[in-house]
Amino acid sequence: MLTKRIIPCLDIKNGRTVKGVRFENIRDAGDPVELAKWYAEQGADELVFLDITATNEERKTFAELVRDIARHIDIPFTVGGGIGAVADVEVLLQAGADKVSVNSAAIRNPQLVEELAKRFGSQCVTVAVDTKYTEATGWKVYARAGTVETEHSTVDWCRHVTDLGAGEILLTSMNNDGTKAGFALDITGEVAKAVSVPVIASGGAGNLQHFSDVFQHAHADAALAASLFHFREMGVPDLKQYLKQEGISIRL
Amino acid sequence: MNLVIVDYKAGNVQSVLFALERLGVQATLSADFETIKAADKVIFPGVGEASSAMAQLKSRNLDQLLPTLEQPFFGVCLGMQLLCQHSEEGDTDLLGIIPLQVKRFQTDLKVPHMGWNQLERLASPLFDGLQEQEHVYYVHSYYVPMSDYTIAQTSYPEPFSAAVQYKNFYAAQFHPEKSGPAGARILKNFLAL
Repeated sequence: MLTKRIIPCLDIKNGRTVKGVRFENIRDAGDPVELAKWYAEQGADELVFLDITATNEERKTFAELVRDIARHIDIPFTVGGGIGAVADVEVLLQAGADKVSVNSAAIRNPQLVEELAKRFGSQCVTVAVDTKYTEATGWKVYARAGTVETEHSTVDWCRHVTDLGAGEILLTSMNNDGTKAGFALDITGEVAKAVSVPVIASGGAGNLQHFSDVFQHAHADAALAASLFHFREMGVPDLKQYLKQEGISIRL
Repeated sequence: MNLVIVDYKAGNVQSVLFALERLGVQATLSADFETIKAADKVIFPGVGEASSAMAQLKSRNLDQLLPTLEQPFFGVCLGMQLLCQHSEEGDTDLLGIIPLQVKRFQTDLKVPHMGWNQLERLASPLFDGLQEQEHVYYVHSYYVPMSDYTIAQTSYPEPFSAAVQYKNFYAAQFHPEKSGPAGARILKNFLAL
């Protein structure tokens, strides 16, 4: 059976992991390659690397890093952050990334999703969607790292980018992100039902049950977390054991 | 060993090169007729869309060469599908090496079939040292149905060909280069054929 995926997410700045990652048994936890190898050994199903650096010069460093990651890890990984054009994607895929995630650029220019899917295949195009709920607006899509509200309602937007060729949706609830109160089950469930491609749930994971809830009640295909894993509040092996016991299809 | 990876600009060849490098094997990337013909073994990766991949192969005359090869040959993902006769993807005529049809998943499940799924009914030295139910990584929307040439199967939800063999042509729908230690073992087994 196809298994649910557990995906640690690493933020990268100037070629180093950020968010104050602390591990005793890793020589250099700021080294994304070391950390990625460790997660792969721990049983992570995939990894996501988000480049949060600002300048074009630093982006070149990121492409070199992607190459270094591809050389050393034997599980799939997605890279994202600041991707604006087909040429950016070409560099990252050639460096060995399996998928790229686009966010603001897809909002600015939805045709980019179509171009990427045509050029490289839907399987490597993940559209990242930051969503926020307010009583007045419902669940709306936000651009530019969640700072700018757009006109798009979340379910419609996810459907639209899927029609354009997105092969996967990475859905982050801004209301839940950082709360450790659980994933946004309602909107995740709605999106999972509305689109035919896999959905990665992100934002809000705080305990084991949150993961089983998002798989069983919101039908997410994968779940992503960052600090929860980085600060060792939860180990990937413990999480996967728990999910298996809950009767969820998991790769051990 | 003279190992050549077919480079026709329609594949994530870098990942395959790195996976081989992790096994301590240097491979040559090439689209050159003579180089490929002279190889001890050939790996044929591929991601992307079938009709554009076929166009790339034709522009290099590789559609003529590949069917004539006699050395152990390993097609991966789209590289497996291209060995077949015809694909529903873009209604494309393929290399026609293996008499099989490539179909699109018709299911209520998510397409692409993306993630780790299990190998069953392993029936080839390609899988030496692997257990039944071993997980490998898939990402694809089209598949090769079960056939006499199936040497491993996976279910989504119906069984399909996870891997096939026809004469010297071996092929896998999953990505051994991205399937952790199990995938590395499969690549190693191919190199030992």
